Parts: sequence; structure tokens; C-alpha cells
Amino acid sequence: MRYQSHDVDEFAHVRIASYWPRRVSAVGTRVQPSVLSTPSPPPLFSMFRNTYDSDNTVFSPQGRLHQVEYALEAVKQGSAAVGLRSKTHAVLLALKRSTGELASYQQKMIRIDDHVGIAIAGLTSDARVLSNFMRQQAMSSRMTFNRPVPVNRLVSTIADKAQVNTQEYGRRPYGVGFLVIGQDHTGPHLYEFSPSGTSFEYYAISIGARSQSAKTYLEKHYESFADSNLEDLIRHGLHALRETLQQDKELTINNTSIGIIGPKGPHEKVVSEEGSFRILEGEPIDVYLKTMEAKAAPEAAAPPPAVGDEDVQMAE
Amino acid sequence: MDHFPTNWGRPNYNTFDAHATYPLHVHPQPSSSADGVQHTQQPIVTGTSVLALKYKDGIMLAADNLASYGSLARFKGVQRLQAVGDYTIIGASGDMADFQYLQYILDNLIISEEINPQDGHKLGPSEVHEYLSQLLYARRSRMNPLWNSVLVGGFRDGQRFLAYVDLLGTTYKASTLATGYGAYIAQPLLRKAVEGKEDTLTEDEARKIMEDCLRVLFYRDARSINQYQIATISAAGASISGSLKLETSWGFAEGIRGYGGQTQ
Amino acid sequence: MPDMSVLAGPQQHQFNPYAENGGTILAIAGADFTVVAGDTRQSEGYSIQTRYAPKVFRLTDRAVLAVNGFAADGNMFVKKVKQRLEWYRHAHAKDMPLRAIARLIQTMLYAQRFFPYYVYNILGGIEEDGSGAVYSFDPVGSYEREACRAAGAAQSLVQPFLDNQIYFKNQTAAPGQSHPTHLPLSDVLSIVIDSFTSATERHIEVGDGLEIYIVLAKGRSLQGVEGLRGLREMSSREDGERVFVLQRELKKD
Repeated sequence: MRYQSHDVDEFAHVRIASYWPRRVSAVGTRVQPSVLSTPSPPPLFSMFRNTYDSDNTVFSPQGRLHQVEYALEAVKQGSAAVGLRSKTHAVLLALKRSTGELASYQQKMIRIDDHVGIAIAGLTSDARVLSNFMRQQAMSSRMTFNRPVPVNRLVSTIADKAQVNTQEYGRRPYGVGFLVIGQDHTGPHLYEFSPSGTSFEYYAISIGARSQSAKTYLEKHYESFADSNLEDLIRHGLHALRETLQQDKELTINNTSIGIIGPKGPHEKVVSEEGSFRILEGEPIDVYLKTMEAKAAPEAAAPPPAVGDEDVQMAE
Repeated sequence: MDHFPTNWGRPNYNTFDAHATYPLHVHPQPSSSADGVQHTQQPIVTGTSVLALKYKDGIMLAADNLASYGSLARFKGVQRLQAVGDYTIIGASGDMADFQYLQYILDNLIISEEINPQDGHKLGPSEVHEYLSQLLYARRSRMNPLWNSVLVGGFRDGQRFLAYVDLLGTTYKASTLATGYGAYIAQPLLRKAVEGKEDTLTEDEARKIMEDCLRVLFYRDARSINQYQIATISAAGASISGSLKLETSWGFAEGIRGYGGQTQ
Repeated sequence: MPDMSVLAGPQQHQFNPYAENGGTILAIAGADFTVVAGDTRQSEGYSIQTRYAPKVFRLTDRAVLAVNGFAADGNMFVKKVKQRLEWYRHAHAKDMPLRAIARLIQTMLYAQRFFPYYVYNILGGIEEDGSGAVYSFDPVGSYEREACRAAGAAQSLVQPFLDNQIYFKNQTAAPGQSHPTHLPLSDVLSIVIDSFTSATERHIEVGDGLEIYIVLAKGRSLQGVEGLRGLREMSSREDGERVFVLQRELKKD
């Protein structure tokens, strides 16, 4: 679902409508024309872009929680992450940003347990809090049942936690989305978690800046993923991730992270027998980058990016 | 393993009631709770031995149907074997009230971990055993133990599982296990009959071994009874028999000389 | 008829939260390796509960922990140490160094000073400088680094033997010669196996099986370890410290 921005005037009317007694149409909460003729609001209010958005527990007349939608925007501000799943493996690929020549690249992947790892898009600090919680859940499952926590339950738990922040007064939603890969006795899995409190399982998915481009690629190729080997899965992931880059940028060993769950691939040296989660960065991913096929020349001009979906400036 | 649940978890104390012949509430209590709350307790209504062994197709457990009140055979139709989920059967000796509380806890565990989520992640015997161990260890650490010795048998994904846990949180695994008096009387018999043959013993052979052990226990353990149940857990699932009667013969007693009330 | 006169006086029939589960553990440090071993019998009183209950656990590729005493406390303690090490891995993306694990264990034991884990711990492994090390603990956390240590049921049988064989106590070096500071791995393994066969012979709570963990320093050649019968590798990678476990039978009577 995409958040749609509205122009200020339209919402000015809505805001006023909440201060004056109003009639509500039978089908929804659209404001009646008679209200539209009321005087314009005091200047103070015009600094807000929107209303019904200062408190996440209040619905807008359109039945939306604006704070939650802004949180989804925060996810789109983060650099992209892509996830894919085959019958044997689940992989994550993420684009790391650097704020400048002197800065290091931001961490995009976090290990939760031997059998679970995540890629993040959005507020890193929120991701640390949530991933810490996931680690606690994973450990407590090992303590009480001597069992790796089932991946779907781990994701549901954080989704429930995020939902609380969309309903309780005085809280704010998490500003981060996750792609979660993991394996349990039902095989490898890939989930998306979003700050709205939802979680879904996917064959392939992407989140973050320009992730729609990656999704388009994935939708075109996903049917081959189930039977792919690890190398092909990663190659598809890199191709999808590449779609999220700006024109003059490309994937390098410095700006790309790869997370893997599943048995050891031919290019890997040390992997536990169970195929535990591992993060590849730097030199080891070069071999995968080299398998990428050159990008086809862009046909015609690319459509202008939607508002609020542009990537920030990337360092070389 | 001490035959008398009353003595479990206590220092050896043989000068008082070494044979547990007095009703348990007569046992001296720790003096009044002037120095704080006393969790210290004792088993009241108790079950005696539980036996278990590994055989070709899975795990077999056995326990009699008696719950004793001291030396009184108080309840003669008590079931001490219980299925937990689809892959596990537990058998308990010790305090029957504490065991029923354990059953309540485990029933709720199955509801919250399997029935509510409905996601196919079910609890196997090793998970149930770990959970029980953590529970019993936590209770002993609060000095408020659940006064039981529990055998956990199970079968899942082609793997047999058999383990022990008691009121102290002590755990171990072996191919034959016995609690209570059975640890002295039945365990040597079980080891002799089973060790090395775990993968060849048939269910019928295993059942025969169990019945022989239960019979010896009935002859020698004054807190046992000749009604029992046998449970199996295998690829076919869990099954607990109805109450069965032990065949016993006492004719040999006629030939015994040298003690007792004979006049000659 | 039981003696009822004891009922007259005040009686203490308190719940005892501890048991003693027998067995013995042992560790010896070499120049660039450490050996940690334990028997696998678990008993209570005269009853053997099981013939296979491990008392030695791999913590990391360079640390192995042996626990002996009350088995329930031991298992719980190992589990908690492992979880603390997992949190360290999460925070620092590397394994905790051996001397840090030693201090962690002392802190965790002392935290239970007034309801102790009834467990004697021996930690063995490789320090950051590549040397073999053994740390031994009492149940409430006192610890020191040593070259060798035995603990548990047969401590009093094994430790004097180690004092003689490792520290060369009551041995006089040949004229003009001195005792070696460290023994080679093959000698250490022989001493460990002899210690346990002897303890099994003379102590009823020792026997059934023997598990010997061998930790080798990074870059050290295997030097014959690979040829040992029944050897299993436990390390997660081949280019760091390496952990092996060796299993032997002990008498079961």
C-alpha cells in the first residue's frame, strides 16, 4: 500500500470540520460541501502538513492512522534490502549507505540467532531495540524448550509489539522495517515485518528506497527462485538490488551486504553443518558480484520517482 | 534413588520411621513459621515406581494404579501415565497432587503452544522434557519443590527419546529408566533385558519384560499394587492401555522355611 | 518398631535442594594446547543414574568448561554461561577471550553466594597469547589459573598423581638436568587416561565412559592428534583454535 500525500488546502477543510459540528455522509467520513465554506484556519495551524497525525491513536476521517503511514515512509527513507527464498536457502541482500568519504558504511544486517537473521530499512536505532528483543525471544526459547524459536512466531511477536505502538496513547510506531530470513523444521523462510504491525511471508520481497524497482524485477523472475541454487538466488537478488540504485551508481564489495541461511555454497569456506545464518561483506562477495549480468540499456526515459521515494546521496 | 518419596530431597535420616509406616501427616513438621514463610513440604498421597524402556519401535512406560497415603493403599484407580501433545508420554511417581498440577500446567502449555498458534510447530518429547526440567529446577530453587520423579518418553521424526527429571531438577537419559523403588529392583532387571537390544526388542517382548518387572515390584514393594497400565509411544502415536491385572502366584510361599510363623 | 523418642525433641526435616552426582573432571594445560576431561557416569548414592551424562562442554573454539557436583546446577550453569557468551558474540561479533570467560564465571558463581551452584568448575582453553590455560573454581567463585587441576569425587586420588606427574613433586631431576615446564600432548593424554582408569578402579562413582576435549592453539600443527581413534572435531573453523573430543570406554562395574 502506498501512502498518498494530500495538498494542504484539502486537509485544512478537514481539520476545520473537526472543530465545527458537521454532517457525515452515510458511506464514510468525507466532509460535506456546506462545511467547506467555513473561514480559513488561524495561521498557527498552517505549519502542519496534515492533521489527525499528531496522535497515532486518532483515526483520520478517511479511516487512516497518519503516524503509522509516516512510519512506513521512514522505512522508505532507508536504503533498500531484498530477500529471496528457494527450497533450500533464504538470502538477504542490502545496500549499505555511507554518509561521506570519512564515514563507514551503515550496518544493514543483524544476526538474531544461529537460524535467524534480518536486514533493516529505516531507523537503525529502532532496529537495534527490536533486534535485541528478537534475540531475547530466541534465547528464551532455547532456555525453556531447548529449541530454536520458530521463525514465524518470532516475526509475529515483533509484529504484535509494533501493533501496540499504533494503538496506545503516547507512543510512536517503530520507524523501521525488517526482512527476516530463518530456517526451522519446516524449511527456509522469508518474512517482511513493517511498523504498521503486519508481517507476511514471501517468496521474494524488497523494502526501502526505490524498492518498487526491485519488486518489479522480483515479480518478473520469482517463479524460478524455488528451484534455484544458492548462486542463482544471490545473482537474482543482486540484480533486484541493482534496480534500486541511482543512475550512476553500482553495487560494490563496499556497499553490498549478503545474508544467507541454508547449506554451504561452493564459494563459501566455513559454514556450520546446519547452514547457520551468516553475513558476507567485503572481499567474499566479490565472486557473487562478478556473476552479475550487465544491465540492459534503459528503454526511453525512466518515469520520475514518486514523491518521498528518492534515495539520499550515496558516497562512491 | 530412595524408595520413599517422603525422603526424597532430604538428608538421610534413618532413625525416624525408616520404613514409612506412619501416616505422612504424623511426620514432624518444621517448627512453626516464626522465622518466615516455610515452603517446606512433604508428599502426602504418593505413587510408587514408574518404569520405562526403549524398544525397537519406540518407548514403553509402565506404572501401577495405586496412590498411597503413608502405608495405607488409599486410591486404587489412579492413572500415573499421561500423554502430552502428540509425541510424548510422561509417567510420574511421588506426590499425586503435584503430578496433577503438572498435568494442568502441561495441558495449558499444549493449548498455548500448539492449539492456539496452529502453525505446525508442535512440542516434541525433548521440548517437553526441557520445559519440565526448567519448571522443576525453578521450583526447587525457590525451595518450593514439586515432589515428583518424572519419566518422559517420546517418539518423533523417527527418533526415540527417554529421559528422567525429578524434584531437584536432576535430569538424565538412558535406554532403561525406573523411579522410586523400581530404581533398585527393576532397573537391574531392565538393564539386563534391554541394554544392547534396544533396536531389536519387539513390543511383545518389551511388554513381557515390563510385566515381569512389575510383578517383582508387586512382590517386594509394599507401596505397589497388582493393577497397572502400560503405555507405548511410537510412529503410530501414543497409546495408554486400560487398567490391567498382574498375574501372580504365591504357591512358593508354602515351601519357605526358616522364618515367619511356621510351627515346625 | 521405630524409635519414637525422636519425636519428643524438635525435628529438622528440611527440604535439601542439593544432590551429589559423583564423577570426576580434570584439566591439564600444555604450552600451546589444553586437555579437559571428565567421566560420563552420573550417580546418586549407590545407584548409577546413567552411564552417559557429559560433564565437559565446548563453550567456544578456544574454551571448554568441565562441571562437577550437583548435576542439575551444573547443567543450568553451563546453559547460562553459554547464553552470556552468545550475548557477547552479539555485542562484539567475536568469541569472548578465555581469561574474560574465567572472570565471567567467577562473577556468575559469586552472584549465587548465599544459594550457591553446588558445582566445581574447571575451565580450559587457549589464551589470547596462544598459551594453554586452566582455570579452576570453587562453588562460590574463587578461582586461579593453574597448569593442571582435578576435581570431583576422585579429586583426592587424581590430584596427587598430577602433582607428581605434571609438577614433578617428589621427583628429583637427573644431575645437570631440569624438569620440563610443559609436557607434549601425547604424554598429557596418557596421563589423563591413566588418571581415569585408576580412579575408576578405586572409586565407585567414577567409570562408564571418558570424554577428553583437546584444544589446540591457532596455527599449531595437529602432531598426531588426527590419528587418534574415535576423534571428533568440534571447532567451527579450521583457521583458528581447534577443538577435538576423544571418547574412551571406562569400566562399568
